[in-house]
Amino acid sequence: MNKILKCHPGIGDKTEGIVLCAKDNFSARYDLDRVKGVFSRPQHKLFGKSYKNKILVLNESKGGVASAWMLYEMKVRDMVPKAILFNKANTILAQGAALANLTMCDRFIDGDITSLLKTGDKVIINPSEGYVEVS
Amino acid sequence: MYLNDEEKSMLNGDFGQAKKWALEHQIKVGKFFSASKFVNVSQAHMMVDPESIGQAGVIFLEDLVNKGAKVSIPTITDPRGVDLNYYKPLGQTEEMAEIDRRTIKACTSMGIMMTDTCVNYQTIMPPVYGDHVAYGDTGVVIYSNSVCGARSNFEGGPSALAAGLTGRTPQYGLHLDENRLPTKRFCVKYQPKDLTDWGILGAIIGKTLGSYWEVPLIEALEVIPNSDEMKHMGAAMASYGSTPLFHLHKITPEAKNLKIEQFANLDLIDINSSDFESLKSSFGNKGDKIDVVVFAAPQLSIVEMQKVANLSHNKSFKVPVIVCTSPQVYADSIRMGFIEKIENSGAKVLQGTCFYQQYAREIGEANGWKRLLSNSTKIVNILGGYGYTPALASMENCILAAVKGEMV
Repeated sequence: MNKILKCHPGIGDKTEGIVLCAKDNFSARYDLDRVKGVFSRPQHKLFGKSYKNKILVLNESKGGVASAWMLYEMKVRDMVPKAILFNKANTILAQGAALANLTMCDRFIDGDITSLLKTGDKVIINPSEGYVEVS
Repeated sequence: MYLNDEEKSMLNGDFGQAKKWALEHQIKVGKFFSASKFVNVSQAHMMVDPESIGQAGVIFLEDLVNKGAKVSIPTITDPRGVDLNYYKPLGQTEEMAEIDRRTIKACTSMGIMMTDTCVNYQTIMPPVYGDHVAYGDTGVVIYSNSVCGARSNFEGGPSALAAGLTGRTPQYGLHLDENRLPTKRFCVKYQPKDLTDWGILGAIIGKTLGSYWEVPLIEALEVIPNSDEMKHMGAAMASYGSTPLFHLHKITPEAKNLKIEQFANLDLIDINSSDFESLKSSFGNKGDKIDVVVFAAPQLSIVEMQKVANLSHNKSFKVPVIVCTSPQVYADSIRMGFIEKIENSGAKVLQGTCFYQQYAREIGEANGWKRLLSNSTKIVNILGGYGYTPALASMENCILAAVKGEMV
């Protein structure tokens, strides 16, 4: 039986995909080469990894306000993750997801989402109902 | 989420399609953060630099203009990505300048004032205690919340724009008193000596907190930091920790009446000189060659401009030096002769931009700049992800390094 992880209702459409997970925090400005679609900050655990079409699973969002526009710009160029799951999102990433209609959820009831999921897991995210299904 | 009659009309499209989009966007965000209603805001401050918004963002803004978008409260802008008087020498392209020109045109059409500054609390109109505002730029938000006692969340460009259009923002996060109380205590055992030290203090605290939802109470400071010191501390704290608010015990407005006993159960973390050294040591060493020196992030105040001018006087720089300030401070700096003094040494002062917001990766590649030195603890944090090897030193040592071509 598939595992269900409940969370706060999120933003965006129901979607499914493959997880790319790290315990690090996240900012589109600080951590990404948005042209190449990879993590570009050497200190980030996902350095060098492609984020395109992945379900990113990270601890918290960090840093500046730029990520709000950047998520939208990345979405229009189709160089964007399929969804992002956080333990806690900050306001900027949620605002960016709202503009880009990017699927985003946070505040998982069962605990640390970066421990509950691992890279390679296949998940279905239902933001309006507030859960993630792990197959 | 409760909507009053005016908000229902906006959502219904009675005030036009632009305001309808804005309110819909705000409701999505409000629901995500469980906001129960909206709160009116007196000002909005929008980050809208061309690197962040790209072609897609400009088209989005132009579409809003075509829908008749007009802001309903004073709405101002964060730094631009291109100084239109000086972009080709930096290796910035015509395409970048064109995005900027179109952005300016769209914003101006909506009634947005192109202030192009991240130090609006020093130069434009600082918010007052209890003032609900919708500010972009993390440095602006943390300063306004902490030093002025205003109420703002980090509002990314789209949300600041939405707030400018509707004159309100969802009431969540730092608009609610319960989210403004300290969650961790810090005891400062090494007193900061200069702007860079204040930035490092902010970085240490931000790094420790690592969350938008943590609020530090900072104790045992023996001096009251001035506006530039608060600015560097806050900007670094927000950069390293996504932190939007700090309290300085017995100094900042909301901390004046806080009783430490109330927070006795919170973690108390000491900050020692070794913490300062440890952070500094990760950003360059004496003798390291440098490619470029940058004074920015946040834009320099008139006081910082005077200091850079005095330090630059009669110097000749071996490596490029870039200074970023606001258009307001730039005008005063011309009048007072600071720009002349700075540029006579070989440096370049840009107005209305901030280095990390102006295609830092492309500028670095175009000029062969990799080893970047700054006195800003914020900028050295950001630029690691832009292909730079950033180094940190005081303003005085940055100037000496620019003369020598290496860290002193």
